[in-house]
Amino acid sequence: MSKLIYLVPLFPLAGFLLNGLGRNLLSRTLVSVIAVGSVLASFVMSLLIFREVGADGFQSQVIKLFDFIKVGKVDIPFSFQVDQLSALFLLIITGVGTLIHLYSTAYMQEEKPSHFARYFAYLNLFVFSMLLLVLGSNYVIMFIGWEGVGLCSYLLIGFWFGNEAYNDAAKKAFVMNRIGDLGFLLAVFWMMMRFGTTDFAQVFDKAPEATAAVLTGITMLLFVGATGKSAQIPLFTWLPDAMAGPTPVSALIHAATMVTAGIYMITRSHVLFDLAPVTQSVIAIIGLATALLAATIALRQNDIKKVLAYSTVSQLGYMFLALGVGAYTGAIFHVMTHAFFKALLFLGAGSVIHGLHHEQDLRNMGGLSKKMPITHITFLIACLAIAGIPPFSGFFSKDEILTAALLKNPVYYVLGVAGALMTSFYMFRLYAMAFRGQFRGTEAQASHLHESPSAMTIPLIILAILSVAGGWVGIPEVLLHDAHRLQAFLAPVLEGIDGPADGGHHLSHSTELMLMGGVLVLIIGVITFAWKKYSKYTRSEEVTSTGVAKFLENKWYVDELYDTIISKPLKSISAFMNLRVERQVIDGVVNGVGKAVQYGSRQLRLIQSGQVGSYILIMVIFLILFFVLQLFWNLQ
Amino acid sequence: MPVNYYIFLSLILFSIGIAGVLTRRNAIIVFMCIELMLNAVNLLLVAFSKMHHVTALASDPATTAGIEAQLFVFFIMVVAAAEVTVGLAIIVMMYRNIHSVDINFLNRLKH
Amino acid sequence: MSISEILFWFLSALSILSALMMVTSRNPVHSVLWLILVFFAISGHYILMNAQFLAIVNMIVYAGAIMVLFLFVIMLMNMNADTEPQKSKWMKMAGTIGSGSLLLVLIAALRDSEVRARTLEGPEGTIGLVKQLGAVLFTDYVVPFEISSVLFLSAMVGAVLIGKKD
Repeated sequence: MSKLIYLVPLFPLAGFLLNGLGRNLLSRTLVSVIAVGSVLASFVMSLLIFREVGADGFQSQVIKLFDFIKVGKVDIPFSFQVDQLSALFLLIITGVGTLIHLYSTAYMQEEKPSHFARYFAYLNLFVFSMLLLVLGSNYVIMFIGWEGVGLCSYLLIGFWFGNEAYNDAAKKAFVMNRIGDLGFLLAVFWMMMRFGTTDFAQVFDKAPEATAAVLTGITMLLFVGATGKSAQIPLFTWLPDAMAGPTPVSALIHAATMVTAGIYMITRSHVLFDLAPVTQSVIAIIGLATALLAATIALRQNDIKKVLAYSTVSQLGYMFLALGVGAYTGAIFHVMTHAFFKALLFLGAGSVIHGLHHEQDLRNMGGLSKKMPITHITFLIACLAIAGIPPFSGFFSKDEILTAALLKNPVYYVLGVAGALMTSFYMFRLYAMAFRGQFRGTEAQASHLHESPSAMTIPLIILAILSVAGGWVGIPEVLLHDAHRLQAFLAPVLEGIDGPADGGHHLSHSTELMLMGGVLVLIIGVITFAWKKYSKYTRSEEVTSTGVAKFLENKWYVDELYDTIISKPLKSISAFMNLRVERQVIDGVVNGVGKAVQYGSRQLRLIQSGQVGSYILIMVIFLILFFVLQLFWNLQ
Repeated sequence: MPVNYYIFLSLILFSIGIAGVLTRRNAIIVFMCIELMLNAVNLLLVAFSKMHHVTALASDPATTAGIEAQLFVFFIMVVAAAEVTVGLAIIVMMYRNIHSVDINFLNRLKH
Repeated sequence: MSISEILFWFLSALSILSALMMVTSRNPVHSVLWLILVFFAISGHYILMNAQFLAIVNMIVYAGAIMVLFLFVIMLMNMNADTEPQKSKWMKMAGTIGSGSLLLVLIAALRDSEVRARTLEGPEGTIGLVKQLGAVLFTDYVVPFEISSVLFLSAMVGAVLIGKKD
């Protein structure tokens, strides 16, 4: 079955071509069928492959499709790697992808058919690129997918291209991605130079031969690429702005899949990162810092999607923290659970926005629990999951990360817990402001308020189930012996590293249980506090914020900082270059040559005066010259 | 007379003719100087014809060597006559249009 | 000095002098007259070299027909010394120097030529006589002779066409 791996990305690619080329011809229904059907077919294939991979005695396979680049000693084949890690990601991508495709068919109903088809074409293209990314067996194929998802992100953020602000957001996302991509490319070049290959297996074999400096350099550059794609400091500001795109796009790309590409890449390259402890510390610190920074900003945001966006950045920070302390399984686990509950949160938010006719400000919502029951219950489940309440999924994955952080450095643990508390606070602030209390919107909105159609609620329900049960594949040792199925599943891929659960450090069971309990109590306390406070929220309470609140509300002024130190100097440099170098120097030289030729020819033209006399004179002079020359030549 | 003298004489007349062409502005005078040059050439040709004849006479008293040059001179005169006819017709036409025979005005042909 | 030498020098001087006068005189009618004198001198040279036919033809065609034509045209245009356009001083200087240099160069080129030794004797040989010339002309060179008649025809037609008042 794994021989047919090429079918998995092929279906979405076909969907993209059909919907893209036929966007003016096909009806909305047909487009929906093609789009959802293609991703569903991929999901089915992924399930079959997963079953094969999960069976005992499976060896990871590399399946070559064709020669891609074969020049001299450079041989980069277009081949896919089928192993546990890629199989897991395949499931996540195609599974959540199918749900979101289904959801979008209802969410985007108001669009014209050609725009509708364009949307689904882009979405299919995105799934295709993401699949390439996780399936590639060498860094070049991964990079193709890497670029492809960046492109689709741009296309989809700027989907409603009539709005300039959306276009700016799309450009911002693409440019910041690009900066990260430069780091990735440099790392690939360095790898090529040092190891002569970009193939995963070969690079990992040769990695121990390289010096620590080389490895640190390569891994740092790879991490730069990851910061761009997965929105870490300093390249995170594009993600909140990316909320300009349709909400299902935010769910798929900016919650469940694209932003996890960085984590996938680092996990895939764990051999390299384990050999570069300096980079790992950097990753941990930046991840933690991002988690805290984004959480603080989310505390004061009033747009429902912006809160979720900063929440995503924050959760990604946790995943990087996990990678930095060597807990690769924990990071992947959190990717999985985060995909479930964050997608659910975004789709729920989309449902709310849809029901209120594109209202996104929390201050105008409230009391939606009665009018939109399914959305309400699923949203609540997701909030509980993200806050880390057992037995929901978020609890298990977050706890695994925090435990690993504790084993590395207690400061990481404390700060991580602080971030978790902030997470639960702002999530339940969001929940309470949206679903509890009195409705603060307009009369017109209140009368039209109703639950969303089934195409939207069914994915919500499925994701809610996954958010509840998804964590049960990773039950830690402490609670249940030998029940961490995920770890066992991924072990063949991640072997050679010591997770914090093996070798050396080990927390005693009692300590671990105590810490778990303590944090849980704190979280429940915070949730109760936020619930109570924001259920009674009324508009008049908010006046212009001052001090710390203002600082947080304005996103720590990071965008303004970037503008001052990067954009403005660049603009003034390019203005200078345009004025001086382009106009005066380059144009001056080119025009100068033209002017010189014109001047010369004008002078030359004067010889042709039309005066017969001067013509004859010149003839005689030359005649004399010829005779003289003749004379002297013959004499010599 | 050594034929050198005839060569020099012809050269002098020829260069006087060129001086005239370069110096004068009247088209008719220029034309006449051209005739002078032609005549200088004729003189030279006849001189050479005589020279060849005399040289050949020493060996063969009934020779006609050198007669071609005189025939050539004859044809030069024929052509000069025809040329003068047409040239003067052109000059007359030019005079009719611009009422002057100044060769500097010929540059109007450029326009 | 034999009589032919004296005649040679006299005729040469006359021809050069007349040519100079022709080039420098302001009145175009005077130029024509001087040129006729040059033709006379050159015809004299021809007779000295026993080219009798050419001498007579020179007189008849050149001095008789061509110069008269020139005179007619000059009189038609009513040119005299006042209407004569003058070139600038520099141009005249340049022209004189140019032709002078040409003369010098040519003389320098030819002064050592081999033909120095050859001389022309007096009225010997019969090639200049009409009988001899005619015999060769009408046998060896009859084709150019006929073509020259065509040339005259075309010249006449051309002159008439150009000179028409339309």
